[in-house]
Amino acid sequence: MSATALLQIKNLKVYYYVERGAVKAVDDVSFNLELGVKMGLVGESGSGKSTMALALMRMIKPPGKIVGGQMILDGTDLVKLSEEQMRQIKLSRIAMIPQGAMNSLNPVMRIDKQLVDGMLDHNVMMTKEEREKRVNELLQMVDLAPKVAKMYPHELSGGMQQRVTVAQSISMEPDLIIADEPTSALDVVIQRQVMETINRLQQKLGLSVILIGHDMGLMAQTVDRLAVMYAGRMMEIGETRAMFHHPLHPYTELLIKSLPVLENKGVFSGIPGITPSLLNPPEGCVFHTRCPKAWDLCEKTIPQFTEVQPGRWVACHLHTA
Amino acid sequence: MQRGQGFRGFLNYIRRNPAFGGGLLLLLLLLLFATVAGLFVPKDGAYPLATMPKQAPSAEHPFGTDSVGRDLLPTLIYGTRMTLSIGMIAGCIGLGVGTVLGFMTGYFGGLFDTIVKFLVDVLMTIPSFLLLITIASSVPNPENMSILQMALILSLVSWVQPTRAIRAQVLSMRERAFVMMAKLSGMSGMEIIIKELMPNLMPYLAISLAGAVNGGVLGSLGLQTLGIGNLREPSLGMTIYWLRYYNAFLQGYWWWIIEPVIVIAAIFIAFLLLSIGLDEFANPRTRRTV
Amino acid sequence: MRIPLSYILKRMGFLVAVLFTAATINFLIPKLAPRDPVQELINQKIASGGLTSEGAAEFRDSLRKLYGLDRPLWQQYLTYIWNTMRFDLGYSITNYPLRVDFIIGQTVFWTLGFVGVSTILAFLIGTVVGALVGWSKTSKWFSWLMPPLAAFSAVPAFIIALVLIYFLAFKLKAFPLRGGFSATIVKDWSSMEFLLDVAHHAILPGLSMLLVSIGGWSLGMRSMMVTVEGADYITFAEAKGLKGSRIFFRYALRNTLLPQVTSLAMSLGLIVSGSALVETMFSYPGIGNRLGGAIAALDYPVIYGIVFFMVVGIAVATLLVDLLYPFLDPRISYSGG
Repeated sequence: MSATALLQIKNLKVYYYVERGAVKAVDDVSFNLELGVKMGLVGESGSGKSTMALALMRMIKPPGKIVGGQMILDGTDLVKLSEEQMRQIKLSRIAMIPQGAMNSLNPVMRIDKQLVDGMLDHNVMMTKEEREKRVNELLQMVDLAPKVAKMYPHELSGGMQQRVTVAQSISMEPDLIIADEPTSALDVVIQRQVMETINRLQQKLGLSVILIGHDMGLMAQTVDRLAVMYAGRMMEIGETRAMFHHPLHPYTELLIKSLPVLENKGVFSGIPGITPSLLNPPEGCVFHTRCPKAWDLCEKTIPQFTEVQPGRWVACHLHTA
Repeated sequence: MQRGQGFRGFLNYIRRNPAFGGGLLLLLLLLLFATVAGLFVPKDGAYPLATMPKQAPSAEHPFGTDSVGRDLLPTLIYGTRMTLSIGMIAGCIGLGVGTVLGFMTGYFGGLFDTIVKFLVDVLMTIPSFLLLITIASSVPNPENMSILQMALILSLVSWVQPTRAIRAQVLSMRERAFVMMAKLSGMSGMEIIIKELMPNLMPYLAISLAGAVNGGVLGSLGLQTLGIGNLREPSLGMTIYWLRYYNAFLQGYWWWIIEPVIVIAAIFIAFLLLSIGLDEFANPRTRRTV
Repeated sequence: MRIPLSYILKRMGFLVAVLFTAATINFLIPKLAPRDPVQELINQKIASGGLTSEGAAEFRDSLRKLYGLDRPLWQQYLTYIWNTMRFDLGYSITNYPLRVDFIIGQTVFWTLGFVGVSTILAFLIGTVVGALVGWSKTSKWFSWLMPPLAAFSAVPAFIIALVLIYFLAFKLKAFPLRGGFSATIVKDWSSMEFLLDVAHHAILPGLSMLLVSIGGWSLGMRSMMVTVEGADYITFAEAKGLKGSRIFFRYALRNTLLPQVTSLAMSLGLIVSGSALVETMFSYPGIGNRLGGAIAALDYPVIYGIVFFMVVGIAVATLLVDLLYPFLDPRISYSGG
């Protein structure tokens, strides 16, 4: 484990307690993230990726609970912080870009007010002129015209709204930005614009990004490292290009294969079977029920998440047994 | 929404929806008071000069008597009966008219819909009580008004709210898939209304009924308190009218004031609980454990 | 913000339609009922000995002429509409020659006083209480307030008035039993003593209205808060690390203002009707009490005049509140209507 990692997640467990038992949304997940690195977090619905995002922001609500593990940001374990301490960390150290921007902006507040109120609540003292200046700076950084400041969210297009949320997230120049499927609600053209904006800002400000999504194609183009989750567990993490050329985990392999290829028009390959219940996950490796390469060890023993090559981690008996 | 079997299922539901249970219980108690208790208490005590006037509650007259000698126990029993009857008749007529109009306009639309909608909007802006005052004070011989007459006057305004509510529900349901399916399978408009829409709207019909009856009770109460209506036959509003007329406050006849207030409050609280319960039945909120 | 003329015209058009309908109903009802107020007045006068049966016929004819009852129906209708538009509502029968509009003018301010203050207070308090109860981050102790408030809201205001009169005025003698001001104090609007006396008399009527309304507002506000709290922009506001108070006021509360004010507009009619009965309980010198008196005396011009006036007032107030909407919610533009 690198001592210089910005973020270290160790054995994180997030369970939701329902009538019938505990839904293990995130089960024993560990990974590191260095400063300035973009990491993509992919997985199917129910893989636990969105829960990871909420957990990082300490926004898991009852009946969900962080039941174990640590989230260490620059030496501080976020799990142990008080509400008020965590509130200070939000936006200033970790910021979020939400999925559906049109619902994430306050409909009755002008854009400029929404851009600065976060800073004001984090004890940043600004005069009226300083506030205006900052608003214009932020708008410029996301390629929005200054007149947007006095507008209301419903007067903006989807792409513009998303860029406002991006501007909000960088307003205090945090160390880490969590982007939860920031472009799912947008068409491909706008998607590209928004992703370019995020990329540009990331480079300029040198911050880390966790990009959550299920679009492998987008991930391939954007992120430096890729983390693959399935049914609440981490399957594989590695450098993006390496993962695409030589996926180690069968699930990763199937995900990549399911990307439609232009030459093979009309041929779609998916992954047979359905995601298991998180209430009663299968014994052993959680993927074994759908894995084409599973054998009896996989049914009995949970594979350890191990660094099998420098910077490449995988939880699969094929490589760790 | 789980529907349990029979009576046990019903009790189970009450446990999950206490407002509904509470309202139903209170209403039942009131109905018992109005009907069964009347079997033991004759009605003649509810008229002037029936007994000694101005008596505080005692063993002989558990509810006391008023300034002109009415025994308040039969007065309240038969008064509740009268007021509730008026309310229920007015409510049922209002619901009936409202249902027919609501379905017709919501489903078929057209010019008829435009006219009815306009009428409904206008009547919702004009307070119904003021309209009732205008109408009720203009009828001949208001002192001899019968239950039916009062109920008919009240139903002139009680149809508005149900029409509006049902029309809105029908409009939203009209575009839903199951209606499209019914249309495609060749059902006629009337058939669709009766077989498809009506069963789904039962909860809303119940809510509208509760509201209409509540409105009917409130209307008759208000009118009679002002002195419009039959002031001889015992009813709750008439009791209030007389206690004001004879200045029960200044004379200190607390029983004359408190007793009708308790009964009236019970009626309205019962309806409030019922409407909360029915609303929960129609729109169940997501349970907190998930 | 530009206000398109079309919106205003449309709303005003509706207002005029309402008033027209109300006036027409007001005109038709007495005509449809087989009651002859003139004859009844004559009979009254004969019975009280103020009129002989010979003079009766002559008196009746001159009265009918005065009230325009000798002309054809459509003429009466047009005259009526014309008069009503000029706010000429005729003469009181029992208090002849007092004009109805004069009577209204004398009493309406008393009503506006206690109803206006109690409505505004109830709206403000009820909204805040409902918001606090509905917001998940506030103490659960607040929710104990809801059942009593809800119970109060179900019971009509004049019943609450009865209870208040009995306990606070009669038993505790803390407040006056009736009236707008004491008979013993000189009616001088510039005197502080008089003003305090007026306020003292207005408290119980106002309280009756207040208790009944608060429940309604808080119930509505509570359910709206619960809905708003689940909205994405609240989640995102939390993710921005905003202070709880800012999220509560600027993000949650602010978004519930429009529906809440809409409920206010819709309930104006009920408030006015309720206040009329409350006034009769207290013999408060407002317009509702005057209406009660007119009903008892069968003074039809006053009855219809006051009812019509109330309808106009409510309709205009509703229109004014409607015009406020775009200021409350920037998503509403006048053209959307």
